[in-house]
Amino acid sequence: MANILLQVKGLSAKIDEKELLHNVDLEIREGETHVLMGPNGAGKSTLGFTLMGSPSYELTGGEIIFDGEDVTHLSADKRARLGMFMTFQNPLEIPGLSLESFIRGAIRERTGAPVKIMQFHRDLDAAMELLQMHPSYAERDLNVGFSGGEKKKAEILQLLMLSPRLAILDETDSGLDVDAVRTVSEGIRIYQQERGGALLIITHSTRILESLKVDRTHILVDGRIVKDGDASLVDEINANGFEAFTGPQEIPMVQFD
Amino acid sequence: MTEEIKNNNVAEAGAVVEVDRSLYDFKYEEEGFYRYEEGLTREIVERISRDKDDPEWMRQLRLRSFETYERLKVPDWGPPVDELDMDHIAAYVRPNTDMKNRWEDVPDDIKNTFERLGIPQAERESLAGVGAQYDSELVYHNVRKEVEEQGVVYTDMESALKGDHAQMVQEHFMKLVPPSDHKFAALHGAVWSGGSFVYVPPGITVEIPLQSYFRLNAQGAGQFEHTLIIVDEGADLHFIEGCSAPKYNTANLHAGCVELYVGKNARLRYSTIENWSKNMYNLNTKRAVVEENGRMEWVSGSFGSHVSYLYPTTILKGNGSQCEFTGITFAGAGQNLDTGAKMIHTGAGTSSYINSKSISKSGGISTYRSSIYIDKNAKGARSSVDCSSLMLDDISRSDTVPAMDIRTSEADVGHEARIGRISDDAVFYLMSRGVSEAEARSMIVSGFASSVSKELPLEYAAEMNNLIKLEMEVM
Repeated sequence: MANILLQVKGLSAKIDEKELLHNVDLEIREGETHVLMGPNGAGKSTLGFTLMGSPSYELTGGEIIFDGEDVTHLSADKRARLGMFMTFQNPLEIPGLSLESFIRGAIRERTGAPVKIMQFHRDLDAAMELLQMHPSYAERDLNVGFSGGEKKKAEILQLLMLSPRLAILDETDSGLDVDAVRTVSEGIRIYQQERGGALLIITHSTRILESLKVDRTHILVDGRIVKDGDASLVDEINANGFEAFTGPQEIPMVQFD
Repeated sequence: MTEEIKNNNVAEAGAVVEVDRSLYDFKYEEEGFYRYEEGLTREIVERISRDKDDPEWMRQLRLRSFETYERLKVPDWGPPVDELDMDHIAAYVRPNTDMKNRWEDVPDDIKNTFERLGIPQAERESLAGVGAQYDSELVYHNVRKEVEEQGVVYTDMESALKGDHAQMVQEHFMKLVPPSDHKFAALHGAVWSGGSFVYVPPGITVEIPLQSYFRLNAQGAGQFEHTLIIVDEGADLHFIEGCSAPKYNTANLHAGCVELYVGKNARLRYSTIENWSKNMYNLNTKRAVVEENGRMEWVSGSFGSHVSYLYPTTILKGNGSQCEFTGITFAGAGQNLDTGAKMIHTGAGTSSYINSKSISKSGGISTYRSSIYIDKNAKGARSSVDCSSLMLDDISRSDTVPAMDIRTSEADVGHEARIGRISDDAVFYLMSRGVSEAEARSMIVSGFASSVSKELPLEYAAEMNNLIKLEMEVM
C-alpha cells in the first residue's frame, strides 16, 4: 500500500463564532483519488480552504499532517511548496499580472531557481492545447475577464504546470458546459494517471468523475463526515441524493459554498 | 580615494538605511570638487553667471529670477516645505572634471556611479545618445553619429547657449515656464546649471531614444538642471530622463525645469523614472506646448523623495493636438508626494488622457492633484481622467484633488477615480500556488502598476518593477 500523503485528525474549524467543521478525519494515500460530496453548506469548501491554510478560518482542534510533516500551522505558500494545491471555485482576478508570468513566478518561487524558459514554453503550450485554451490567454491578466469555464481551465492549467502531489479541486465542474467538463476532466485525468497525483475532489455533481478512477468517497454533512465508502458510494448518491444521510432533521444553517 | 574606502561607504549606506537600496544608495566623496558655500544671495547668483560665462541676457534672466524668488512665497496648498532651508543648500557643486564624450575619460568615482546605475550599458544597447549629469554639471555626453547626421542636436545646455542654436535657445528658454510661475521656478531661473538641449529638425524620426541621467551626489546641495527640447514639424522623438541620489540626513533639493515644444504633426514621448532618496525635496516643473495635430506623451514614475511637487503640464494649443499622460507615484514611510498632471486645452478638437496610479504604504501620503482647463475656443475638446490609488495599510493616506474648468459646452470631459486595498483573498489565492506572502503582495502591486511599466522601454520597466519590489520590502 502506498504511503500516507495527507492525514487529517480530528479537524475542527470556525469562522467568526460559527463552527463549520467538527472533528473531521481523513486519510489520503499517495496517488489516491478521494471524492468529497455533500449538500450545499455542508462545509466542503471550508474543509478545502482549511487544508490549504486559509487565514479566514480559525482552527479549533485537530491536526493536518502532509507527507509526515505537521502543516497544521504552516502558511499556504509553505504547504504549496511541500506539494499541496487547491483549485478555487471562484478564482480571483489579478489585474496586470499575466497568467503566464504568474505561473512562471510561482515555479520560480517553488523551486528557488530561475525557470528554464524554453522548456517552460513547451510545457505551457502543450498544457494549454490539451485544455483547449487559446494561446492568447497566456498573455492575459490572470482571470480578468475570463468566463467561468476559462477560469476553471486556467486553474487546471496551473495544476498541470505546478505538478503538486495532492490537488484539492473545489467544485471545478460547477458552471461548466458539457464540452468544458470533458476538457477539464481530461486535464485532471492526465494529472492523476500520467503523473500519479493524488486528488481530493470536492463536488456535488458526478459528471467530472466519469473518466476518473475513484478510490474513496466521503460524505460531509453539517461539518461532519457521516459516511466513508468506495467509488460505488458516488453512484448511490447519484441515484438517491443525500437524503439518506441528512435525514428529516436537516435544517440548512449556512451557505458557504 | 582608495577602493577600500569606497566599499566601506557603500556598505555603510546600505546597512544603515534601507538594506537593499544599495543599488542607488551609495555615495562618493567630493574630492577636488568645486563647491559654493551654502545659501542663496545675489552674489552667489552673479558668481554662477560669471563662472559659467553666461551671455548677458542670461545674466539678466538670473538676476531678475532671483528678485522674483525673493518676492514670492512658498506654496501653502501642498506638502510642507518649512524644513527646506536655502541657507543650508549649496546652489552649485562642480565635479572635478569637465564634460567628456569618451566614457573612459570620465573620472573613476563618477564612472563607477553611472556604471552601477547601468547607464553606459543602456547606452550601448538601446540609446541614440546619452547625457550624464553629476551634481551641477554634465560629466559625459555622447550622441550616435547617425543621429547627428540626421541633423539632430543633443548637447548640454551650456554649450547650447553659445553654439549654433544660441538664438533658438534664447527664444525658448523659460518662455513656457517663466520664472514668475512660482517660487521654485524663480529659484531655478536664478541658479540653473546643466541639463540638456535637444532639437529635432522637421520630418526627422529619431528611431531610438535619447537619455539624460541626473545624479545628485553632493550632500546638502541643490540640482537645478534645465531641459529644453524642440521637436520641429512632423518630427518624432522619445526622450528618457532618469534621476537618483544617495541618502543623507540633511535636505537636498531638486528644482529642475523641463520645457518641451512639440511642433505641428510632431510627436514627443518624455519618459521619466525619478528615484530620489528620502531626504530630497523634489520641486520640479515640467511643461509642454503642442502645435496643430502634434502629440505629447508623458510617462512618469515618481519614487523616493521626502516631498514632491510634480504636475507635468501640457498646453494643447494647436487644433487637433493630443496629450496622453501615464504616471505612477509610490509614497512610503516619511514621504509626502503631491503629483498629477495639468491639461490646458486651447485648440479646437484637442484631446487629453490622464492615467494616474498611486501607491501608499507605511504611513506615506500620496496626493493626486490634477487640473483640466478647457478654453471657450477649444470646441470639440475631449478629456478623460482615470486615477486609481492603492493603499497597502491603514496608516497610509491617499487623496485625490481633481480640478476642472470647462468654458465651452462643446467638450466631452470624464473623470474616474478609485481607491483600493489589496484583498486578503487575492493574497491567499497567490500563496496557495507556492508564492510567499511578500511576493504575492509585490505581484499584485506590480500588476497594479503595469499599465505604467508597459509604456516604458523594457529595461526601464524592469528598473521600475525593481523599485516597486524594493519599496515593498522596506518596512
